[in-house]
This record gives sequence, structure tokens and C-alpha cells, in this order.
Amino acid sequence: MGEPMIDLQHLAKDFGKQTVLKDINLTVNPGEIVGLIGPSGAGKSTVIKVTLGMEVTSGGSAKVFGTTMPNRELLGRIGYMAQTDALYDALSGQENLKFYGLMKGINRKEIDEQVAYVANVVDLTKDLNKRVSGYSGGMMRRLSLAIALLGKPDLLILDEPTVGIDPALRRQIWAELGRIRDEGRSILITTHVMDEAELCGRVALLLDGKVMAFDAPAILEQQYQVKTIEEVFLKAEGVE
Amino acid sequence: MRTIGIMNRVLKELFRDKRTLALMFIAPILIMLLMSVIFNTNSSTDVSIGTVAVSHKLNKQMADIKHVTVKTYDTKTTAKKALKNEKIDAIVKKNGSNYSLTYANTDSTKTATVKMAFKNALTATSVNQLKSALKKSTQATVKLQAQLQAVQRQQAAAKTTSNAMMATKSTSQKTPKITNHYVYGDKDTGYFAKMLPILMGFFVFFFVFLISGMALLKERTSGTLDRLLATPVKRSSIVFGYMLSYGVLAILQTVLIVLVTVWMLGIEVVGNMLSVIVINLILALVALAFGILLSTFANSEFQMMQFIPLVIVPQIFFSGIIPLDSMAAWVKDISYIIPIKYAGDAVTDIIMRGTSIWQLGFDIGILLIFLVVLTVLNIVGLKRYRKV
Ligand SMILES: Nc1ncnc2c1ncn2[C@@H]1O[C@H](COP(=O)(O)OP(=O)(O)OP(=O)(O)O)[C@@H](O)[C@H]1O
Ligand SMILES: [Mg+2]
Repeated sequence: MGEPMIDLQHLAKDFGKQTVLKDINLTVNPGEIVGLIGPSGAGKSTVIKVTLGMEVTSGGSAKVFGTTMPNRELLGRIGYMAQTDALYDALSGQENLKFYGLMKGINRKEIDEQVAYVANVVDLTKDLNKRVSGYSGGMMRRLSLAIALLGKPDLLILDEPTVGIDPALRRQIWAELGRIRDEGRSILITTHVMDEAELCGRVALLLDGKVMAFDAPAILEQQYQVKTIEEVFLKAEGVE
Repeated sequence: MRTIGIMNRVLKELFRDKRTLALMFIAPILIMLLMSVIFNTNSSTDVSIGTVAVSHKLNKQMADIKHVTVKTYDTKTTAKKALKNEKIDAIVKKNGSNYSLTYANTDSTKTATVKMAFKNALTATSVNQLKSALKKSTQATVKLQAQLQAVQRQQAAAKTTSNAMMATKSTSQKTPKITNHYVYGDKDTGYFAKMLPILMGFFVFFFVFLISGMALLKERTSGTLDRLLATPVKRSSIVFGYMLSYGVLAILQTVLIVLVTVWMLGIEVVGNMLSVIVINLILALVALAFGILLSTFANSEFQMMQFIPLVIVPQIFFSGIIPLDSMAAWVKDISYIIPIKYAGDAVTDIIMRGTSIWQLGFDIGILLIFLVVLTVLNIVGLKRYRKV
């Protein structure tokens, strides 16, 4: 299977007095989609930020591609989509894609081809020349996802990528994520949609600053003796 | 590479924000026009010029200009008497082929009007002379003259165009020497003229500070900064990209302000205009670095605005607009940490005394120190958002 793409060991993080993460152990292997679920405020986005090196750890270690984060050069191999859209709304979709592509270090020659490809995946080809300020919420989300896909990164880290996206398009996006996995690239994804969690290779359930459970959806369902991940989630949280 | 990419993006955003652009470019002009009207209250006053031993042609040329009346005197003594009795505002005397001008200078606007009128009349006369001397290819010359007269009429309304400037240059080998004398004060007299170099720096500083600060704030609150820092871009590239783009903007703004002051307000720039632009560019970069730095302490646009009374307004007090000599020593010391003061001093020297930029090493040096320190702080400060 090779070395894990992401390897978090005993990760801890506190913001001032508030301890958000206590002991996180999480790995993402090559060619694997890992879903990160947990109640709002559990610290999913914080796990991602620490993994990317945007926040320092308070304890434990975060390694990506076998290297301890933070590391600037490695960021070129990671496609990151934040929970907020983070787009320049005075620019068109095309200009946003090109700008972020340039920042990621994609070759000028390849950039147009890349932009056209990712725009097609998220079904934005028609609207590329529109200013982002004129986009709908879902369109912005899709553009943000397209930016993460730019440059065929080895690792995708997606923070709730499918919020506000219609079911047909969501399916299309998951098909693309499947293709990425089949190419041997990895994805770490957070979501509140339990149908999507079912599609992940492994699911990590984040609760109380710890990973309460981390396994394939089917195995988790067996462990908790329920039929769906949604019920696993509710049971683990203690909601009846 | 990435720096250029960031510059392009920032410029693109700026030039699409028409309103902010208008604020940056039109507001300074409006304010300056307003100030010139307020501080030079009777700006369209009539002036009367007394002339001694001046050619008929020149007399006539001057008299033809709007708001100008010409009185001829036989001797300088009688003319001086008239000047003292406020019958005339200035004396033009011809000594050989040179001219000596004496201004009452109690009203700097009048002095400026006389200067302008005399210059224009002289230009027109020498072109006339040139024409009669050549007498060839009359058509072209007539055309030129017609143009010049049209131009000259505009100039009388305190405007000038590059055509006329070129004409002045083309006859410059024949231009006589002009010496200016002032009964009261000197050529720097006139509150507005004194304020102008500082004002220019202030506009550049204020707008670049505010707009760049807001831009970075927006970049931070909208999450684009985080996302940018999630790419392998260097922190310094972001800061330098911003500097380049706002540098371009500051150059445009300074050029515009300089052109407006020179052509619309008729203020004389003795030194090199390029030097003025260079100084203001450095000041703009200081303002940019300052804006970026302070924007990290603000969480909203409104909080950014709160820096105006805290940071911008005190700068005006210590910039030199209000004479510092009369202040207590410790108050005076504060002015040493005010960037606008150094830019204002330097630009004042260039505009009023024609000092070369190479002699302004001290002011420029201090500005550069400000710039380097603030830039380093910014690059290090971005570590808050990404640890490498
Ligand atoms: N920069 C910060 N400073 C202080 N506290 C923070 C910061 N970022 C996050 N937190 C806190 O950490 C906790 C976890 O936040 P996080 O954004 O990771 O939650 P999440 O699991 O992503 O939630 P959601 O599902 O709603 O996105 C929250 O209580 C939040 O208040
Ligand atoms: Mg989150």
C-alpha cells in the first residue's frame, strides 16, 4: 500500500483555553477516500488546517507525504478547498482558475487545458467568463472545487465540497472523485451528508477532540449494529 | 513569476472597481481645486502691470490677455511709486535684452497671473518676430500662430498645454533672461503653494493606505488569503505583488496630481517632475506597507476606518503644514516618525527650490528605512496565517 499520504499521530490543538483536538490519529493511504464526519464544531476544519500547516499543532505530529508539516513546497501537491469559497468576486471564473493555477505553479502551457478540464468536471464551462459576483451560491462552491482540482494534485483536501450543489451534479462530482481515487491519488473529505460518507473508503468519526471510530462504512455499521452511517453517527453522539 | 501574477490580479481587481478608482483619482483633484479657491480667494482678480522701456508689441500682447491692463511708465522711479500706491501690481522693465520683473506680491494669485501673462506675451512676441524674420512658408507659420493664440487664450484662464511649452522651447535660444523681484516675501509666498507638496504626499499616502489596507482585509476575511497561502506561494511574493500593483497605482495618481497642480492650478514646479514622482512612489510604498500591517489588526472595514483618526490625522499635524518651529520640543520630536514629513520636505525642495533628487538622500533614506522595516514586518506577519 505504501507510505500514507497523510499521517496524523496524537495530534492535539487548542485555541487559547479551548482544547479543540485532544488526540487525533488518522491516516490516508494512496488511492483512498477518507471521510471525516462529526458534529458541527467538532474540529473537522481544524484537523484540515493543522494538516496543511495553517495552524501549528499543540502536540503530536502531522505528516503529509512523509514530511512533517508545515512545508511550503509540498503545498503544490495538495489541492485544498476551504469551507468558505475564497474567490475573488471582481474576477471571472476563468480568471480565478488561472490565478490560482499560476499560484500552484502550473505551467503556463498546461494551464488552459487544465482550466477547461476542471471547469467541465464541475459543469461551469458556460459560465467561465462571468464575474464571480454574478454567480449563484452553488456555482461559487463548484468553482471553488474546480480550483482544488487544478493541477492534478496527489492529495485533495476538501472541506464540505458539495454544500449547495444539486443531486445530479453531486453525483458527477463523486464520479470524478472516484476516478481520482482509481488513479492512486488520495482524498480527505469532510461532510455532513451521510450518503456521501457511505461512498468513502474509510470514515473517521470525530467527537470530543478524538477519532471515536475509524474504519470502512460497512464495518462501522456492523460494530454499531445499525444499517447506515447516519445511524452510526447518531448512536455515537448519543442521540436517539 | 508568482509576484507578477499577484500584481496582475490586484491591478485587475482595482481597475474593475470604478468607484474606488474614481475616489483615488477624482477626489484629490476636487479637493485641490477647492483648496486653491479657498486659499487664493480672489483668484480671477484683474491685474495691472506697469511697464518701463518695453516694446510696443509686448505691451500690446500683455494688454490683450484677459484680466490684464498695462500702464506704461517712463522711468522705474515713477513705476515704483505706482507699485507702492497699489496702482499697479507689478513692474516689467527691460534692461538691454533682459527683463526684470518686480511684484508687489501681496497676493500670490496676482503674482502668478502676472508671471503667466508676461511669459505668454513674451512667447507670442518672439514667435511673431521669428515669423517676420523668416517670412518663408508663411502658411505653416500662420497656422502655428493661430494655434498658439488659441492656446494662449486658454493659458490666460490659467491653463497651459504642451503645444505652448514646445513653442517656448523652440524659441528658447532667443528667450531673454528674466529676473524676478518681490517687494513682499518671496516666490514661495502663498499658503496653498506651500501646502501643495505636503498635500500631494498626503493624498498618495491616505488613499494607498486605505485602499490597500481594505484590500488585504478583504483578502483575509473572504478566506482568499488562506487559500493563497495553501499554495506554494512565498509570503514575500504576496507582499511584493501588492507593492508592485499599488506602486503602479501610486505613479498614476502622482502624475495626475502633478499635472493638475501644474496645468490647472498654475503652480510652478522648479525642479524635476520625475523626482517628485519618485518620492511619492516611495511614500506610496510606505503607505502600502503601513496599510497592510494595520489591516491585520482590524477585523472589519469599519475597524480599518478607525485607523484614520488614529494614524492619518496626526500625520497631517506633523507633516509640516502647520509650522513646527513654534511647537514644544517634545512635540516636534514626534514629527521625526511621520513618513509624510520626509516626503513633504523632499517634494517641497524639489518643487519650490529645484533641488536635485541626489541631494535629498536624507529624506529618501529615512523613507526607505520605513519601507524596509514595514515590509519585513509584513512578510513575517503573514506567518500568522501560514507557518512557513
Ligand atoms: N482560529 C480560531 N480561533 C479560536 N477558535 C477556533 C478557531 N478556529 C476554530 N475554532 C474553534 O474550534 C472549534 C472547531 O472548529 P471547526 O471549524 O474545526 O469545526 P468543524 O468541525 O469544522 O465544524 P463545521 O462542521 O461547523 O464546519 C470550534 O469550537 C471553534 O470555535
Ligand atoms: Mg468546518
